[in-house]
Amino acid sequence: MMNKAFAVTLDPATSLENHTGSWRTLRPENVFKLPPCNKQCPAGENIQQWLYYAAEGNYEMAWRFLTENNPFPACMGRVCYHTCEGKCNRGFLDEAVGINSVERFLGDYAIEHKLSFKRPAKDTGKKVLIIGAGPGGLSAAYHLRRFGHSVHVLEAGAEPGGMMRYGIPVYRLPRNILDAEIARITDMGVTIECNHKVEDIEAEKKKGGYDAVIITTGAGISSNVDIPEGDTNHILNALNVLGEIETKGNIEIARRVAVYGGGNTAVDVARSLRRLGAEPIIVYRRNRDKMPANEEEMDAAIAEGIQVKWLSTITGATKESLKIEKMKLDESGYPQPTGEYEELPADAVVLAIGQNVDKSILDKLQGLKVERDAIVIDPETNETSVPGVFAAGDVASAKDRTVTLAIGMGKNTARSIHAYLRGVKYKKQPKNEDARFEDMHPWYYTDAPKTVRPELELARRTNTFDEVQYGLTEENAIYEARRCLSCGNCMECDNCYGVCPDNAIRKLGAGKGYEFNYDYCKGCGVCAQECPCGHIHMVPEKI
Amino acid sequence: MLDKINFYQTGSNTVGNRLINPSMRTEQASVDRPNSLTCGHRACQGCGEALGARYAIDAAMKATSGQIMVVNATGCLEVFSTPYPESAWRLPWIHSLFGNTAAVGSGLAAAAKVRAELNGDSVTPRIIAQGGDGGTTDIGMGCLSGMFDRNDDVLYICYDNEAYMNTGVQRSSATPPAARTATTMPVGEEPGSDWGKGKDVPLIAMAHGIPYVATATIADLRDLETKVAKAMSFHGARYISILVPCPLGWGLKSSALTVTAARLAMETGFYPVYEAEYGQITSVRKIRQKQPVINYLQIQRRYAHLTGKKADPNVLARLQAMCDANIEHFGLLGDEAPQLNPAAIQAYERSKKV
Ligand SMILES: Cc1ncc(C[n+]2csc(CCOP(=O)(O)OP(=O)(O)O)c2C)c(N)n1
Ligand code: SF4
Ligand SMILES: [Mg+2]
Repeated sequence: MMNKAFAVTLDPATSLENHTGSWRTLRPENVFKLPPCNKQCPAGENIQQWLYYAAEGNYEMAWRFLTENNPFPACMGRVCYHTCEGKCNRGFLDEAVGINSVERFLGDYAIEHKLSFKRPAKDTGKKVLIIGAGPGGLSAAYHLRRFGHSVHVLEAGAEPGGMMRYGIPVYRLPRNILDAEIARITDMGVTIECNHKVEDIEAEKKKGGYDAVIITTGAGISSNVDIPEGDTNHILNALNVLGEIETKGNIEIARRVAVYGGGNTAVDVARSLRRLGAEPIIVYRRNRDKMPANEEEMDAAIAEGIQVKWLSTITGATKESLKIEKMKLDESGYPQPTGEYEELPADAVVLAIGQNVDKSILDKLQGLKVERDAIVIDPETNETSVPGVFAAGDVASAKDRTVTLAIGMGKNTARSIHAYLRGVKYKKQPKNEDARFEDMHPWYYTDAPKTVRPELELARRTNTFDEVQYGLTEENAIYEARRCLSCGNCMECDNCYGVCPDNAIRKLGAGKGYEFNYDYCKGCGVCAQECPCGHIHMVPEKI
Repeated sequence: MLDKINFYQTGSNTVGNRLINPSMRTEQASVDRPNSLTCGHRACQGCGEALGARYAIDAAMKATSGQIMVVNATGCLEVFSTPYPESAWRLPWIHSLFGNTAAVGSGLAAAAKVRAELNGDSVTPRIIAQGGDGGTTDIGMGCLSGMFDRNDDVLYICYDNEAYMNTGVQRSSATPPAARTATTMPVGEEPGSDWGKGKDVPLIAMAHGIPYVATATIADLRDLETKVAKAMSFHGARYISILVPCPLGWGLKSSALTVTAARLAMETGFYPVYEAEYGQITSVRKIRQKQPVINYLQIQRRYAHLTGKKADPNVLARLQAMCDANIEHFGLLGDEAPQLNPAAIQAYERSKKV
């Protein structure tokens, strides 16, 4: 006191002696929540995280985080049905973020800039055999290789890719894209042997001295229905048609073709045939509401001039026409026959009413449990009833058969095998709590409509196999990524740091986030209230 | 490429934003902001006044490279920041009385000028006088008007929490109609604070024709910082009123709602945010997402008698009409320009002198 100048009584910042943290009854804590897009993604991508880097223009980092979970961004950016967007919280504000387009942009960026995966630092010396080089098998191969295991893939077809090559038409997935993403996996040291159909799994495993096996043989056999066939009306199956177009580039087929079924394969066949000059008509026993095909794909088909005969089943076929019975839906939505018939002129029928697994090789493996058209697996570990034999993709999933799910199952199987090879049982990581829109602060986000991918003109699209959807430009990709609300995860907006009346939050610097200073935090809760993305919780203090 | 895309997730609505150029971020976003009012002060949890004071003084410190001295009127800000023997201030700060703050500011400004001349200093410290609405609009009004009259080189900041908070929430001439305070209880014909009373000090300041007058709230930080910086670019008398919700006196449903309450005051039109130079309004902060006044009232217990079962819908309608009038007069929506207001003749002389 004596040393102070005239009339000076208090020294600056002496209030620091007063630890106001003792007033607190609630304590702010950071919570890392599960954004709805991530939760929905069948491949388990951390979408919010890679959008964060894409928004900064750091495409390589974004791509690296994306490929932690999924090695096929350029393919998935084209063929994934992006159910994530249906769950996107931005949808409550204006429109969902165009996640799929940004994924594709990043995938194409990586191909263009020749980005490659890092080879594993160390080889474990363990050997894994994968049967089937489809999306599930290749995804598993990629992840196992990252762990340092040596991986060999056997493929019955002439080239790897499975349904991505023989099921998905070129206009949706150009093959140079597929080839580039597969090459990146083989560059890591994964070996793929094509034209090698496995007959005896056990023998193959023993012969190669493998420590574990994954069955990823897919569901490549088209289902059949009995259509009483008169004369010479062609009845073909969808996968053969798509496979033949893939290998020969064309198919000898009639002009008026009925495609029988309402799933994505039916739509793929119809749109492919349209491009070859045929006039396909889809015949489906229920209505549009009940149709399982992806809506965007179906809209595109209709826009391309493909006709649909709803509520119809084919009961017979003659040379130039089909006998159609009209159906009506009962209360529970099932189609019931009406006894009313009509003729539909058509020279051929393509059956696209479902796909089954090839049981012939599965039956030979002793003790392998197969139920309702799928190998039975432990949902946690993806292990089959035969120890050391795992399964993923369509062959192990009867209900949901998409490329994306196969990729996710492949990843999980790889993680599970990695644990198995070290003698531990794999447990999936518990999920974080949901990032709900109600817990966010929408006022803070600026308005922005979704950029729509420019589409090829309809006229051009229907007679070539050129890719239908162009990618986003860099400009639009950044814009789209910046529309992400960063649900439940910090985006470093500095709001908590700014709005604290007690200066009790420390900013640690770019990329490092923030820290609560509990010495002074009074627990007022303004930071939690004003956090745009709901990343702060107020937790009762133990008093 | 990155510079070409002028869309940044939360844009300028948040305190910082990692996607925008650092020079476009607020002062509060910087790691080394001055924290002029630092930790350990004894304001209530979630105090809007503590937040507003740090925002404003930090911005002034930045604008003057730290050459600021503060005079503080009696009131919460003074009491909670300097209980003997501690001070939460990190800059020269003085407290004298409740009603003389503007006068002390005038004196300090004159002294600072003389001292700089005597010492041959190249910089003269700038003076900020500050106080609550009671200390400003009521008891300090005479000194304030005198400071405006002489056009003394002082920035006066009023932290408006719409009542005498430090002595237990008594009505001031800044208390809005119908609000409950300890002296305007929700009883009788027209419960709460009277209608047809009170004064608009920003408009009174403008009528003095001083160089700069602005209103701001703690819910629009960029706007607030810009206004303080702009005020420091003028010499002469300047006045900024900052709306600082008081969780205790307003009966906010939670201490967390301070910033939200200020935002609703802006978005409903209840508190018009604008700036004026030499008596003329020069810009208006537009409402971003318009809200009905009820959304603002219902988070505050001082208006509980307007939203409960026994509430009189006419009172609510009158408050809504008040907001609508603000929106119209100040042109708070769309592209409308504010209505012209006449300026004092002194404004003409003063604007020529600069
Ligand atoms: C001359 C004089 N009268 C009354 C008081 C008692 N007093 C101290 S603080 C205060 C209220 C201050 O209200 P306001 O200026 O609005 O500031 P707030 O506390 O609301 O921030 C009063 C009446 C005093 N200190 N001096
Ligand atoms: S009474 Fe109001 S103004 Fe005073 S310290 Fe508490 S919150 Fe702040
Ligand atoms: Mg007050």
